[in-house]
Amino acid sequence: MSDTTQEQSTPRPTWRVMLRSAATSSYLTSFLAIVVALLIGAILIGAADAQVQQTAAYLFAQPSDFFGAVGHAVGGAYSSLFQGAVVNVSTANNAADVIAPITKTIAYSVPLIFAGLALGIGFRAGMFNIGAQGQIILGAVLCGYVGFSWHLPIVIHVIVCLIGAFVGGALWGFIPGILKAKTGANEVIVTIMLNSIAVFLLGWLLTLQAFRKPTSNAPISPTMDPSAQFPHFFGTPIDLGFVLAILAAVGVWWLMERSTLGFRIRAVGENPDAARTAGMNVSMTYVWVMILSGGLAGLAATSQLLSSASQQLNANIASTFGFDAITVALLGRSKPVGTVLAGLLFGGLRAGGYLMQSVTGTPIDIILVVQSVIVLLIAAPPLVRALFRLPDPERRRRATSRAHARSTREEVTA
Amino acid sequence: MRLELRHVTKKFGDFIANDAIDLIVEPGQIHALLGENGAGKSTLMNVLYGLYEADGGEILLDGVPVHFSGPGDAMAAGIGMVHQHFMLIPVFTVAENVILGSEPTTGGLIDIAQARAVVREISDRFGFDVDPDALVETLPVGVQQRVEIIKALSRHAQILILDEPTAVLTPQETDELMDIMRQLATAGASIVFITHKLREVQEVADEITVIRLGKVVGHTKPTASQNELASMMVGRHVDLEVTKPQATAGDVALEVTGLELLDTDGRVLLDDLSFSVARGEVLAVAGVQGNGQTELAETLIGLRRPTAGSVVLHRAAEDGGQVVEDLTGKSVKAILASGVGFVPEDRGKDGMVAGFTIAENLILDQVTSAPFSQWGAMNMRAIAHNASERVAEYDVRSGSSSAALATLSGGNQQKVVMARELSRDLTVLIASQPTRGLDIGSIEFIHSRILQQREKGTAVVIVSTELNEVTALADRIAVMYEGRFVGIVPPDTPRHVLGLMMAGVSYDDAIAQSQGHETDPGEIMEGIWQ
Amino acid sequence: MSTAVLLDDLVTDHMRPRSWKLPIALSVFTLAAAFGFAGTTSSTAISQVAIVTGNRWLGTINLALPSLTSEIVLVAAMLCVTGSAWWASATRTTAFGKVRLGSWMGIIFGTCFVASFLLWAVAGRGASLQFTSLLSGALFLSVPLIFGAMAGTVCEHVGVINVSIEGQLLAGAFLAAVVGAVSQNPWLGLISAPVAGAVIGALLALFAVRYWVDHIIVGVVLNVLVTGLTSYLFSTVLTRNTAVFSATVKLPKWQIPVLSEIPVIGPVLFNQNALVYLMYIAVIALQILLFKSKWGLRLRACGEHPRAADTVGIKVNRTRVLNTILGGAIAGLGGAYFTVANGLAFGKQMSAGRGYIALAAMILGGWKPKGALVAALLFGFADNLQNALGVVGVEVPSQFMLMAPYLVTIFAVAGLVGRVRPPAMEGKPYKG
Repeated sequence: MSDTTQEQSTPRPTWRVMLRSAATSSYLTSFLAIVVALLIGAILIGAADAQVQQTAAYLFAQPSDFFGAVGHAVGGAYSSLFQGAVVNVSTANNAADVIAPITKTIAYSVPLIFAGLALGIGFRAGMFNIGAQGQIILGAVLCGYVGFSWHLPIVIHVIVCLIGAFVGGALWGFIPGILKAKTGANEVIVTIMLNSIAVFLLGWLLTLQAFRKPTSNAPISPTMDPSAQFPHFFGTPIDLGFVLAILAAVGVWWLMERSTLGFRIRAVGENPDAARTAGMNVSMTYVWVMILSGGLAGLAATSQLLSSASQQLNANIASTFGFDAITVALLGRSKPVGTVLAGLLFGGLRAGGYLMQSVTGTPIDIILVVQSVIVLLIAAPPLVRALFRLPDPERRRRATSRAHARSTREEVTA
Repeated sequence: MRLELRHVTKKFGDFIANDAIDLIVEPGQIHALLGENGAGKSTLMNVLYGLYEADGGEILLDGVPVHFSGPGDAMAAGIGMVHQHFMLIPVFTVAENVILGSEPTTGGLIDIAQARAVVREISDRFGFDVDPDALVETLPVGVQQRVEIIKALSRHAQILILDEPTAVLTPQETDELMDIMRQLATAGASIVFITHKLREVQEVADEITVIRLGKVVGHTKPTASQNELASMMVGRHVDLEVTKPQATAGDVALEVTGLELLDTDGRVLLDDLSFSVARGEVLAVAGVQGNGQTELAETLIGLRRPTAGSVVLHRAAEDGGQVVEDLTGKSVKAILASGVGFVPEDRGKDGMVAGFTIAENLILDQVTSAPFSQWGAMNMRAIAHNASERVAEYDVRSGSSSAALATLSGGNQQKVVMARELSRDLTVLIASQPTRGLDIGSIEFIHSRILQQREKGTAVVIVSTELNEVTALADRIAVMYEGRFVGIVPPDTPRHVLGLMMAGVSYDDAIAQSQGHETDPGEIMEGIWQ
Repeated sequence: MSTAVLLDDLVTDHMRPRSWKLPIALSVFTLAAAFGFAGTTSSTAISQVAIVTGNRWLGTINLALPSLTSEIVLVAAMLCVTGSAWWASATRTTAFGKVRLGSWMGIIFGTCFVASFLLWAVAGRGASLQFTSLLSGALFLSVPLIFGAMAGTVCEHVGVINVSIEGQLLAGAFLAAVVGAVSQNPWLGLISAPVAGAVIGALLALFAVRYWVDHIIVGVVLNVLVTGLTSYLFSTVLTRNTAVFSATVKLPKWQIPVLSEIPVIGPVLFNQNALVYLMYIAVIALQILLFKSKWGLRLRACGEHPRAADTVGIKVNRTRVLNTILGGAIAGLGGAYFTVANGLAFGKQMSAGRGYIALAAMILGGWKPKGALVAALLFGFADNLQNALGVVGVEVPSQFMLMAPYLVTIFAVAGLVGRVRPPAMEGKPYKG
């Protein structure tokens, strides 16, 4: 962050200015987007509820029944969502049970944070890597293979697995990177295609002897060696994976804000022509970004294989983490802190969603709706402001910049 | 049709682009709208053409007030506009472009035969010689401009706005365009001719309105002298003399031999260029836009790889001797590192990262070198220190060095770019259009900095399409046409000779042609304004 | 400058750089066919192919070809094409008159290569390859791809990148199934499919055109939204009322008299349901209208140079919104394939990535309806090949067949198949 280069001290803000900036800040937009998304989710939950549908039939005769049913359906769903994601207050027997949900949330957030950071790097380099899904799969393939077929001592095995995951993802990221660098191929198309190819590749590998669990007919691999497992902290479900994810976030912050490579990545992302003119190798930057991005996405696989989540390579090993990560990176605005917070939010929605599904029968698919609405709204702040009638911070700036753009345009005509 | 603008005002936020402008254009008249870059001419015309909505005032056609909510309305009312950046669709044919928006149809499909007929009819009437079935992207700019005129005429435009139409033309094409304008006026059209070039105004206009800082500063006739027009345009008496000390040319610093560049389709962009630039010398490359100057600068700095030829740098070694370094085919990074500075032509596109801070932009091409970084980690303190020094030295006006460069004015942005490039020890400086789009004050500042480099013994290559800049700065002028040097001539070469050379006529032929051409002192004087 | 000069005229032939991509690629494939197929075929094997099945006049024609001889003939043909490709590159010949060499060599070579693969695969098998059903199955499988690719073509030409084809297909499939089941009428289902797609198209337009959100982001997120929404409604409303919603309806097959009796082509093209016939109409209409009608001209102007379109009075953003909705409707119609055209109930995520393949087909087809049609048919063919070969008893790792369209697309966007130009201003908001 370039704040350190600030020379002049800014005048102390008045309360009015601070309120105004709070009302127009992106944090507020993000918060309101989440609120709207939950409201839409509530409408869907209510609309699909049998009790609500029944009471709606005599809505005008007895509106209290209807609203009671709505409240019951929505309240039930969201309270179990909250209890599944944050703290369990209703069925807990001891302190460990109370905080169990939050540890689960953290566990679910790990792959989202890794993959979200991965995509964030790509976005800031101006590359729309939507291939995290494929990169996670390839990371899982390599990580899994060294995890169950190489028998190494403790600690070393975990490190080798981490390397395997990184290399697998990096390899899958390298392909669109090098194709963009050498032929200008659009990375969006290539990564979409590579996602599907990865799925089929994994499907094929799981038919091979080398990847198949000998005792099973199902397409699943042998179980990972016990030596290839993350250590846990204090008997909680939180393990080394979360610590690594946080370290990765710090590392990405340093890389982007304090290293020359990050400077190059940001410059290329903002203006590739100027970067090229300043002697930066834009093509190689794309390749490096995709290798880093792919590698980080590959690490997302470790939370499946090295944690207690799955421990076996199967066709669904990547779940939908790669796609969810797009929304995580967008919600986190491609910045590490934001990505960690967004990862925790979506991890929580997932953890809570499972409980909600089992307790109230509200299908977890509703989470997808909530997530996508959040991201759509965050991507369109004017829409959120219009919904809540907030002031537009851009208006002044836009007016002046348009005047500026206009005068530059006229200048160019010279 | 008689056009009248009354008190037309247009604001962008707090910025008043047009301040109560009055303008009357009579039928059959060529009315020149003269003003500096950024004076508000194009804004006014965009208001007239319905692209912007005026904040005040009214537009009258034949005395009747009209209101345009879009270009469609303006066209329907008989107003046509030839934009400076052509509004043509490259992948469409001429005929398709001409009919777009008012398509003749038969049975639901476009009647292409009728479209062709329209193009042919107008093309024949004015001797344009335009093929209706040619794809626009394959046509030279001069022809594309005629397509634009056909487009306007096919919509029965009675008022034709030409926005800086000569910027992309050779002097000869410009003459042809002026003929066309006269023909159109004779046929009864009203023509608004936007320009900042005095010679053209004097040659073709019937009436002149001068605009400065969004206001009309006066009406005059083409008989006014160039100095009068120039003073009206800038608001103060302009010293057309540029003083610079005698060249103290030293050893050769940059040597280019047989440089050739082809594009991917095999088209020749640079054709066997050979020249050298000495220390303390300014070589200015003149020419009409698009004749290979941009490509030459980009090839010298390594952005393009030449297909043949060599670029050799002679620089001072640390022990005081000479190092000869072959730059041919080297990367931009390597060329920058060996002491070549580069100011790109399009500052916004190539010279800066708009979203980066001033501090970051000041180290854009030096981030990997000491003291700004070590082992891949940036030294934030050194970067901030550098920023405050450069900002002070180059008088960059901004709130703070952590402001995004995008928030600065064009002149200040260019100062940042210059500060970055000139803060290193340079053997060669390559500057493309260094003052394009800047105000007079910034131009003077930048010119003085360039001449300062020259005095320090840097070999300077300036690429410019502004003849005034070329003659003001150059020790030698290389005139470029279709990728080759027509000749390298002294800076006191008469303008019309340079003009002929810019159209591809060799120096000797140009001199021969200009024998008997009465040298008008005013024409050489017009300097800055061409 | 008194005469109009085309810049291309200034380029003499010898200056144009040679491209060796095509001959090299063809050589690789020829070698693969020679060693992989011909080289591994037993000299006594017979390949049986049922070219015509149950035709009124011809009956059933079952060819029994000597495998090795046929392979050798085909490889020889491939060698000829490859040789001419080398010659063409060496002499910089790109066309004979109006015939573009590259595409013709590609078509001939591709046919030979596929034929040699098929003959090799069925060599020595007892059963014969059902050629007609291979093609008609391929056509049917490609229906959603073609509708999706047409939707993509319309949207991209107007300047909006439509990645939400997948969501539009899925939404169309969902609504068609629901309306069809409730009304017990497949036709009502078919009609409602485009409505669902249009709604998604409208959302895409709202965010991409009105709020300038990156088109790809909107597209990807809309796909997630539709997946979530349809899966949620499926798990709640649909599964709770199986009596109403699991009833399936199916569009009838219409056999066009006479035309359907043409050998091979007849049953493939003219014994299909209404959705397929609508597809023919859609492709032909779009190919003509996009390039020859007022609507098409204005639409493409908005995608190529919106400001130019604005200056001639075309309302750019309105054109973009309307045509994005139209594109959504076309894709939505294609979604009907999954449910009412197949007679199936809705299933979670039943579009299974077809929208992305449709996008690939559009790119491979060079942003033209005609080209997208060919590409989508190719993908459908690859998809159906494993069914057809499975019937004969050939075991090809299905994953590699399924990968093929994606791989081909990567080669295409990397310029190895020949570069085409997308609309210049696609994905760029027009801010007036």
